[in-house]
Amino acid sequence: MVETPLPAPRPSRPKPASVLILGSGPVVIGQAAEFDYAGTQACRALRAEGVRTILVNSNPATIMTDPTVADAVYLEPLTVPAIEAVIAKEKPEGLLAGLGGQTALNLAMALSEAGVLERHDVRLLGTPLEAIRMAEDREAFRDLLDRIDQPYAPSFIVEGADETARHASAEAALETIGLPAIIRPAFTLGGTGGGIVETEDAYWERVRAGLRASPISQVMVEQCLVGWQEVEYEVMRDHEDTCIAVCSMENVDPLGVHTGDSIVVAPVQTLTDQVHQRLRSAALAIIRALGVEGGCNVQFALSPDSTQYAVIEVNPRVSRSSALASKATGYPIARVAAQIAAGRSLAEIPNVVTGTTVAAFEPALDYVVVKLPRFPFDKFPAADRRLGSQMKATGEVMAIDRTFGAALNKALRGLEQAGAGPLGEDASWQPTFDYLAAVYGGEVDEADPLAPAGEDTVIRWIDERGEACESSRFAQRSAAPIVLKRFVEPSDSRLWRVLGLLRRGVPQEILHAATGISRWFLAEMGRNIQLEHDVRAAGARLADPADDHGAALLATAKRAAFADRDLASLARVDEAALRDARAALGLAPGYAMVDTCAAEFAAETPYFYSTYASAGSPPEAPPAARPGALVIGSGPVRIGQGIEFDYCAVQAADVLRREGWSAVMVNSNPETVSTDFDASTRLYFEPLDAESVRSIIEFESGGPLPAADPLPAVVAFGGQTPLNLAAPLVASGVPLLGSDLEAIDQAEERVRFAALLDRLGIPQPEGGMAESVEEALTLAERIGYPVIVRPSFVIGGLAIDFAYSPEDLARHLAAAAVVDPDRPVRIDRFLEGIEVDIDAVSDGTAVLIPGLLEHVERAGVHSGDSIAVFPPQHVSDGDVDLIVATMERICLALGARGLVNAQFIVRDDGVYLIEVNPRASRTVPFLSKVTGVPMVDLAVRIGLGATLADLGWEPGLRPTPPFVAVKAPAFSTAKLKGVDPSVGPFMQSTGEVIGIAEDPRVAMAKALTGASLVPPRPANGEQPLALLSIADRDKAGLIALAKALRRAGYRLAATPGTRTALREAGFGVDPIAKLGAEPDRAIGEVPILEAIARGDVRLVVNTPTPRSGAVRDAADIRHAAIAEGVLCLTAIETGIAAAEALDPALVDEIASVRSITEWVPGAEAGARVPA
Amino acid sequence: MIAPPTVGHPPLPRADAIVDPRVGDAGPAVLALEDGTVFPGIAFGAPVASGGDLVVNTSQTGYQEIATDPSYAGQVVVMTYPLIGNYGRLQDDDQSEQPWLRGLVVAHATAAVLDDARQLATLLRTNGIPAIAGVDTRALARHLRASGSLRGIITEPGRTDHAEAVERARAVPRWEDQDFVAQVSPAAVREVGDDPSAPLVAIVDFGLKANIVRSLGRRGVRVRVLPHTATAEEVLAGDVSGVVFSPGPGDPARLAGPVALASAVIDDGRPLLGICLGHQIVGRAAGAETRRLRFGHHGANHPVQDLDTGYVQVTAQNHEVQVVGDSLPASSGFRVSQLNLNDRSVEGLRHAELPIETVQYHPEGAPGPLDALAVFDRFVTALRPTT
Repeated sequence: MVETPLPAPRPSRPKPASVLILGSGPVVIGQAAEFDYAGTQACRALRAEGVRTILVNSNPATIMTDPTVADAVYLEPLTVPAIEAVIAKEKPEGLLAGLGGQTALNLAMALSEAGVLERHDVRLLGTPLEAIRMAEDREAFRDLLDRIDQPYAPSFIVEGADETARHASAEAALETIGLPAIIRPAFTLGGTGGGIVETEDAYWERVRAGLRASPISQVMVEQCLVGWQEVEYEVMRDHEDTCIAVCSMENVDPLGVHTGDSIVVAPVQTLTDQVHQRLRSAALAIIRALGVEGGCNVQFALSPDSTQYAVIEVNPRVSRSSALASKATGYPIARVAAQIAAGRSLAEIPNVVTGTTVAAFEPALDYVVVKLPRFPFDKFPAADRRLGSQMKATGEVMAIDRTFGAALNKALRGLEQAGAGPLGEDASWQPTFDYLAAVYGGEVDEADPLAPAGEDTVIRWIDERGEACESSRFAQRSAAPIVLKRFVEPSDSRLWRVLGLLRRGVPQEILHAATGISRWFLAEMGRNIQLEHDVRAAGARLADPADDHGAALLATAKRAAFADRDLASLARVDEAALRDARAALGLAPGYAMVDTCAAEFAAETPYFYSTYASAGSPPEAPPAARPGALVIGSGPVRIGQGIEFDYCAVQAADVLRREGWSAVMVNSNPETVSTDFDASTRLYFEPLDAESVRSIIEFESGGPLPAADPLPAVVAFGGQTPLNLAAPLVASGVPLLGSDLEAIDQAEERVRFAALLDRLGIPQPEGGMAESVEEALTLAERIGYPVIVRPSFVIGGLAIDFAYSPEDLARHLAAAAVVDPDRPVRIDRFLEGIEVDIDAVSDGTAVLIPGLLEHVERAGVHSGDSIAVFPPQHVSDGDVDLIVATMERICLALGARGLVNAQFIVRDDGVYLIEVNPRASRTVPFLSKVTGVPMVDLAVRIGLGATLADLGWEPGLRPTPPFVAVKAPAFSTAKLKGVDPSVGPFMQSTGEVIGIAEDPRVAMAKALTGASLVPPRPANGEQPLALLSIADRDKAGLIALAKALRRAGYRLAATPGTRTALREAGFGVDPIAKLGAEPDRAIGEVPILEAIARGDVRLVVNTPTPRSGAVRDAADIRHAAIAEGVLCLTAIETGIAAAEALDPALVDEIASVRSITEWVPGAEAGARVPA
Repeated sequence: MIAPPTVGHPPLPRADAIVDPRVGDAGPAVLALEDGTVFPGIAFGAPVASGGDLVVNTSQTGYQEIATDPSYAGQVVVMTYPLIGNYGRLQDDDQSEQPWLRGLVVAHATAAVLDDARQLATLLRTNGIPAIAGVDTRALARHLRASGSLRGIITEPGRTDHAEAVERARAVPRWEDQDFVAQVSPAAVREVGDDPSAPLVAIVDFGLKANIVRSLGRRGVRVRVLPHTATAEEVLAGDVSGVVFSPGPGDPARLAGPVALASAVIDDGRPLLGICLGHQIVGRAAGAETRRLRFGHHGANHPVQDLDTGYVQVTAQNHEVQVVGDSLPASSGFRVSQLNLNDRSVEGLRHAELPIETVQYHPEGAPGPLDALAVFDRFVTALRPTT
C-alpha cells in the first residue's frame, strides 16, 4: 500500500529541569478560582515528573501559593521587572504561561517583547507565542481560518472613492450579509458608531453615520449571529500532533451572552452525531493549524437549523471552560497540559482516573452536567443587570444528574442565593406575569407564534406603576411581543423569568421565539414545571407513604432533583413529614461515580454525584474508611466568600488525610482546587444545602440519621455556607468537629453575643435590637449617630449601612428593609477609629495568636475592601496587648476549639470589640503564609482532640517578623456597568494581593501594584494630572497626598474647597468646578467631567462626604473616571498609599524579589513542624 | 441485581419521568438477564419481546446510526448515555435500510421537539423492535463489566414476571451459534456512482454502513456492493480496482466462505481494505486466530496508535471479537500495524508488500469521530496505479 502523508512523529522533547509558572494574580470577574486549580494541578504534575517548579503569583488566598505546592513560591507582583528578577535569580529553563489565564499569557508576551526570555535563555513551554498571537489577532486568525477552510461570521467591507461608490458598496453588503447585521466603522475608538441593525432603515442610517465617523470612510458589515446556538469544545494537542476533544458543551443561552454568564450543559444535548462530529473535527483542525500544545477552547456558533456554523473564538490556554470541562468529565486538563508542556505525549500520560488507560482518549459521560453562573448583583442592585459580551458573573455552580431537568434543579439549589431556587420568583414580576399569561396563555398560531391566539377576552392587570388596567386580549396584541421580549432579554434573572412564564402556561413556542433558547431545553424545563403542578395538586398525598399516587409522584419529583423543602412548599406540607415519608418508602439517592469512561473500565478515583435514578441500585463503593469526616466547601465564588475559603477547605482535607482520616469533601464549585479529584479521599459534587449534605452523611454512615456512628462534619473552613448548615446538621444528629454549635451560636447570635461581652466586661459599641422603625429611631437617638444598621430582612437592597441622622435612618429602613417583631433590626453605634483584624487558634484552654492586621482605611470601609498591614504600624504595644488579652478571654469564654477571627476598633478612648467569628476567616491564608503558623492544620488537629501544647505551640502572640506584609483588595467594578466604585460598609472587592518587604512603603507599593491600585508612573518629562475632590473630614490627609503626588511628578487639580486647602499649604493647583456648579471661567475653572474626559487625568481621588448629596454627585465623577479608564480612589488613606507607592526612590526595591520561604523560614511544609 | 419492588425498595417513578410523554410509553416491562438479574422498566418500542447478547455502547450521540448499524444484528444494545432521543432522527443518518438490533435499553427515552415520524421510537416500532427505559444503565454496564457478556431479553409490555423472564433470557440462542451475516447481507449486487471513468471498488457486504459507501464516493470512486456469498471471480472482476471487506455482525470463526474469499483476494494482490469484521476475516485468512473480547468495544472514544508512525487517533469502535496478534504467522506477510491504547488489542494489519490494510475500528464514524478518514485516502490512493 502506498504510504500516505501521515505526519511523521517528532522527536521527543527534552524535559526541562526547572520551570517557571505564572499565576493569574487576584481574582477578578472573568479570571477567578479556576486558575488556582489549574496552577496547582500544573505544579503537582511537573513536580511528579521531577521538574523543579518556581511559581509567581501575587494572590495569597490561593492553594497554589502554599509553600508546599511548588519548589519555590514567589508572592510578587505580576510585572515584567519582578518576573525578570525571579528569572535572573532562579534561572528556569522553561516558562509555563498557559495556566494563568489571560494575565499570564499577556505577561509572557510582554516578557518576550521586552527581550527577557531571550536574555535569560528561557524557553516558552506549551503553545508557542506565534500561535497565541495568531489566536488573539482578529485579522491573522481569519487568514488562518480561510487557509483551513473554516467558516466565520461573513463580513463585507463598505468603502469607495466617492459617495456613489460607497452607496453601491453598501448595497452589495446588504445583499451579501443580510439583516440583522453588525456595523463596525473602521478606526473608531472602542467601536464608536457601531451596533446591531435589524431593519433596512436602521441599516442605512447606521452605515452613513459609520462612514462619516470613520476617518478612512470605511465600515465593516458583519453578519449578526445573535440567536445562533453557542457550542464549545475543549480540545488538547501534543507535540506529536495527537488531538483529542475532552468535552463538548452547549450553551442554553443563545449567542450574544458571554459563555461565562451562560447556562452551559455538557455534553451537547441537541446536536446529531453528524453535526457534533463536524464541529469536533473543525475544532481539531483549528488547533492543528495553530500549533497548540496543551489545552485549548474553541467556540462555535451554530445556526438554528444546524446546517451552518461559524468559528467565534479560540482561547489557546487553560480557561474557565476547561476547568468546567475537567470537573464535568473527570479529565484533568491542566495537569495533562502541564505534562505536554514538559515534553510528554498524550499516549504516554496515564489516565489517573482509571489508572489503567492513557490520557489520549476522550471521556464518555453517562450523566448530564449543568453549570449556572453566580452573579454579584445581590451586592450591586443598582448595576446594569443585562448580559452581553462583557462577563459579569463572579463564580459558578455545577451540578450532575442523569437528566437535564434534574441537573438544572440541582444547580439552582446549589446557587445559595436568596430567591434563586427552582421556584424563585421576584415579587415585582407579578404584574408582567399576569399580563403575559393573560395574553399568551392558550393556543399558538404557528405562523406568528408571538401573536396571541384563541378567543378574545377582557383581561385585567396591575401595571408596573401599580395602576389597574383593563383591556381586551386582542387589543394587547401589538404591545405583548415587545413586553415579552423586554421581559426575557438576556439578564441575570432570565432563567427564573422563563420558568415563571412556563409556570403560567405561556407556550414554549412563544418563549422560543422570544429568547432563541432551543425548544428542547424549554421542553425539559416544561417537564419540571408540569411536575410542580402535579405536586401542588397532590397536596398532602405527597407526604403519605401509604398513598401509591403520592409515593410515585414523590419518587418522580425526587428523580427530577426537587428539594424536599421546595416540594413541601408546593404541596403545603411540612418538610419533616416529607422526609419521614421518604424514609418510610426507602427513597434515598444513589451515588454514582464520575469515572471518565461511562463504567467501561474500573476506575480508582472516588468522585461521586447523587442521583435518584440509581436509587436501589447496588452502591458503587462502600462508605469511606473510618475514622473520617466530611469537609463542607464554600460553594460558588461570590463577593465576600471567595477562594480563601476554598484554601481552608483544601487544607482541612489535607490535614485529615495526613492524620490518617478519610477526608470526604462536598462542594458545588467546578472552578476550585477542593473539587479536584485528588484534593480529598472522596469527593461529592453536590449542592450545599442541608438535604444534600445530610444525604451524603446518611450514605457514609450506613443508614438514616440519627445513625449509630454518624460521619462527623467540619463546618469551620468553608465560610458562611457550611456554618449555616451547622444547626440543621446538629439537629439531625451529626457531630461537628471543632467548635460546637453552642460556641457558634453564641458568637453569631447578636443578642447572646452582646450579653456575653457585657458579662466579660469587654467594651463594645453601644447598640440594641429594634422591632419597629419607631423603636429604631429611639434607640439610635439614645446611642448617638452615626449608627450601623443591620436589618434581618432586606428587600433587594444592601444588608448593612450607616445612618448619620434620623432622616437617614428612616429613609434607609423604609426603602430597604422590613422591620417587625419577627424581623428585628440591629442598631449599633458606629465608632470611627483604626480597625484591627485578629485571628486566633484556640484549643479551649490555650490560645495562639498568629498575628494582627491593621486596616489602612478607617473603620467604615468593609474589612474585605480595606488594605491591611501585618504587623500593625500605628497601634501601640499596649493596645496590641489589650487586643490579644481580650481575644484570649473571648475564645476561652466561647469554648472555641479551632479558628476564631475578631475585629477591634482602636480609638483614643479605648479598644472596642465589634465582631467575632468562630471559623476560618478571609485572612487565614494570608496570615498562615506570612506568619508560618499552619492555622488550618492546627485547628483541624485540635478538632481531632489535640491541644496546642500537644502540637508543640506556645500560646500567645507570635513574635514580630522582620518584614511587613500588605494585603490589598482587587476590584472588578470596571466590568459592572452602573456600579459605584466607592468603598463602604458592604464588600465590593473580588480578590486580593500581597506585597512583602522590609520597608513598609515597599510592601505597600508591591501590594497596590499587584491590585492595580497605583496610578501610572509618569514617563520622562510627562506631568499627568491628579484630580482631587476631598471631603472636609479627610482634609487632614490632603497635604500628605499632595506631597506624594508632586514628588511622583503629578500636577494637581482640585475642586474649590480642596483647592483652597492646597493653596494655603503652598501647592500649585489647576482649578476644577464642583459637579453641578457653574464653572468660573474667569479663573480658568473647568467642569469636573470635562476635565476627566479631556484625557490627561491619570488619577481621581474623590472622598465623598457620607450621606449627603455629595455621595450621588460623586458617583457621576467616579463613573466618568471608570469610563475613561482612570484609576479612581474613594478613601483618602488609599489615595495617600497609592501616591506614595509612586516614589521614584522605591522603584528598584519594588522589583527585588524573595520567595516566601526566604521571608518566612519554616513556611515550607506548611510549617507543620513548630518553628 | 435489582430486587423486585417490595417493601423497603424505593417506589418506582411515574412512567412519564422516564419515557417522554411525546414518545408515549407502552406500560411496564422487564429486562431479564440469563444470570437471573432483572431490571424493571417501561416499554416504549414495539410491543413485543426480543432477546440477544447485551452490548454496552458509551457513545453520547449517534443512537440513530447505532440503531441502523447491521453490526448490531442479534444484539440488545444498552446505551450508557442517559438521554436517548433528544434530537430525534434524520433520514439521511440511517446506516442501512432498517434497524438490526434485537432491542434497545436506555435510562430515559427522550424526544425531540419534532413530529412523530422523526422520533427514534417510531423507527423502532415500525420495525418491530422492543425498547425499554428506566434502567439504571450505568449499574447494568458495571454488572456486565464484572460478569462479561450475557444474554438478555426485553419482555412484552405488561408481562413482568421475573422468573419467567429469566427463563426466557436463558432460552435466547447464543450469539456465537448464529449466522447473522446471512441475515444482513444483500441478495443482489448493486452499484453506486455513475462516472464510468472513476475507479471501481468492490465492497463485499457483510453488514455495510452507508457512510463507508459515502466516504468512498467522496473520494471519487464507483462502488459495487456484492453479497457475502459472492465468488472470488465476481469480486475480482476485471473492472475492479480494489476490494473492501465491510464490517458486519457475528463471529468471524463461522465465516469459512468469506475467509476463503479473502485468501483469494490476497493472492490476487489488488488493493484490499478490511474494516471491523472485514479486518477479522482478512486476519483469519492470514492465519491469525480471532477471540471474543470480554465485553467488546462499543463507543466513540477509543485511542488507537499506528505502530508505523506513532500517530494516535480517537476512533469509533463496535466489535466483539479481536484478532489475536501473537497468532499472526510471520510468514503471512502481515504485521500488526495499530494497537488500542486502552487494552493493547489489535486494531489493524498491514501487508509487507501488498497494498492491503485492515482496521478493527470504524474510519467512517457514523457515529463517532472522523479522525481516521485517512484510511480511505490511503486505500483510494493505492487504487490509482491500476486504472
